[in-house]
Amino acid sequence: MLRYTLKRLLSLCISLAVASLVIFFVIEVAPGDPATFMLGINAQPDTLAALRAELGLDVPKWQRYLSWIGGLLTGDFGTSYTYRTPVAQMIADRLWVSLPLAIYALTLSTVIAFPTGIYAASRRGKAGDTAVMGATQLGVAIPNFWFAMMLVLLFAINLRWFSAGGFVGWDNGLGAGLWSLTLPAISLALPQAAILSRVMRSALLDVLGEDFMRTARAKGLTRGQALWRHGLRNAMIPVLTIIGLQFSFLLAGAIIIEQVFYLPGLGRLVFQSISARDLIVVESVVMLLVFAVIMVNFAVDLAYALVDPRLRSRT
Amino acid sequence: MSRNLIIGGVLTVLVVLAALISFVWTPFTHTAMDIPQKLQTPNMTHWLGTDHFGRDILSLIMVGARTSIAVAFVAVGIGMLIGVPLGLWAAARNGSWIDELIMRGNDLVFAFPSLVIAILITAVFGASAINAIIAIGIFNIPVFARVTRGGALPILAREFIMAARVSGKGDARIAFEHVLGNVANLLIVQATIQFSLGILAEAALSYVGLGAQPPTPSWGRMLADAQTLVSIAPHMALIPGCAIIITVLGLNLLGDGLRDMLDPRLRVARV
Repeated sequence: MLRYTLKRLLSLCISLAVASLVIFFVIEVAPGDPATFMLGINAQPDTLAALRAELGLDVPKWQRYLSWIGGLLTGDFGTSYTYRTPVAQMIADRLWVSLPLAIYALTLSTVIAFPTGIYAASRRGKAGDTAVMGATQLGVAIPNFWFAMMLVLLFAINLRWFSAGGFVGWDNGLGAGLWSLTLPAISLALPQAAILSRVMRSALLDVLGEDFMRTARAKGLTRGQALWRHGLRNAMIPVLTIIGLQFSFLLAGAIIIEQVFYLPGLGRLVFQSISARDLIVVESVVMLLVFAVIMVNFAVDLAYALVDPRLRSRT
Repeated sequence: MSRNLIIGGVLTVLVVLAALISFVWTPFTHTAMDIPQKLQTPNMTHWLGTDHFGRDILSLIMVGARTSIAVAFVAVGIGMLIGVPLGLWAAARNGSWIDELIMRGNDLVFAFPSLVIAILITAVFGASAINAIIAIGIFNIPVFARVTRGGALPILAREFIMAARVSGKGDARIAFEHVLGNVANLLIVQATIQFSLGILAEAALSYVGLGAQPPTPSWGRMLADAQTLVSIAPHMALIPGCAIIITVLGLNLLGDGLRDMLDPRLRVARV
């Protein structure tokens, strides 16, 4: 397991290094200089030079890359060109909305998908299976931001159960915070739950046909016991993969859903930064999102090895 | 023919037809504003109602279908044109450093969801439908590379490949003459899935302002326009949403149907 973990760790470090290079140099080719953008085209050359020096734009690119990476490693993401406040602080403030939203949605999608997937697999070919599969087919086709608008129309505007947008903040208590993230989380979770439910069903159906399941039944286990003790664990490999992949889609999806509900999360920060050409913020937020995706995939790889010991010896 | 294939095929053909017909005919000029007629619900004159500028929603939906289909189609094309040769190359060099490099590169691109690629591209070059195509296209590359490699590996181990090699054919010729045809079914099914994901991604990018820009009609932009008016004119949000759902559902059913139809041949190919 140690060798497997070390190998994955090395791969993780290389991926992060290459990703950071790609992000930095893509942003670096951006036409226009942030200092010129901030001061306008009529700025005096000496004022421009002073601002460039202040923002650290007067040093070679490779030096800026190294200082950016060094900063990221020590939690110093630089200073926003627009707001003149530390980027790390801006991101931290917004992360308290986006991250709980993604986790809330992931929890909801798992809670919905597991029972429906198991139910459909256990009723294969029957009406229940057809109904679940039909619903998931529709769930996959629904754009989450449109579904969010429909939820707002029904539950916020017509029924007035929820607020149509905004975030009350965690200062008002966990319950109030979660309540204001409920509609966004449901809209994010629905398409993911549909995908996960289909994967759960097909993974379980694959496992149900295996010899060891027949053996388990022959040993006297009931269908439910065999499914619970042997089937689910073996079906977890593809399910874990999809949960891992979903996290990246949930984070990206959260950026869009935040627009529907006017949530003060990373999404709004990044769009405001794009329009203000505050590239240092865009750079850091994108790096953070990619970091999250790579870390989750790393965790999924390790989880594989825990669920299926055969994988440890293969690598 | 399976039921999925028929329903999916019919829905897809309907959407493509609507897009094609819009080149020669729409009920109204899609850009024509008629403020006195604004926010009308569906009626005999405007079958799907009008928006906040009095524009005919059916005309906008028909022209918007062109944007969605074009963006998703070109993005799938980019993914296939780059991803398939990469996948074939990785399979032909299975286990070598080239294979490792291509597959790790794929993993890296996978770490950038299409929205994140779009954010990066937009931050640098500004928002446009072209940039949406590039963002979705880049995301499609590793998908096709993986599917191609996965499908090609068992084919490359078969005897007719060895026979081709003995007859003096090089890796590239074998890949294109013998392997590509055998993984075509897999690629067709995957292309259908990526096409439907492309439609969803284009709508999402346009919705947040990173895709098609006004005056180019797009379903995502129509939803963005509808958002603040959803309480007084819900049809403005309902109709583009249904257009997206019908298209994506149609493509997904078509993909499922194609897979069901092509699967027996695939199974034979794998033996």
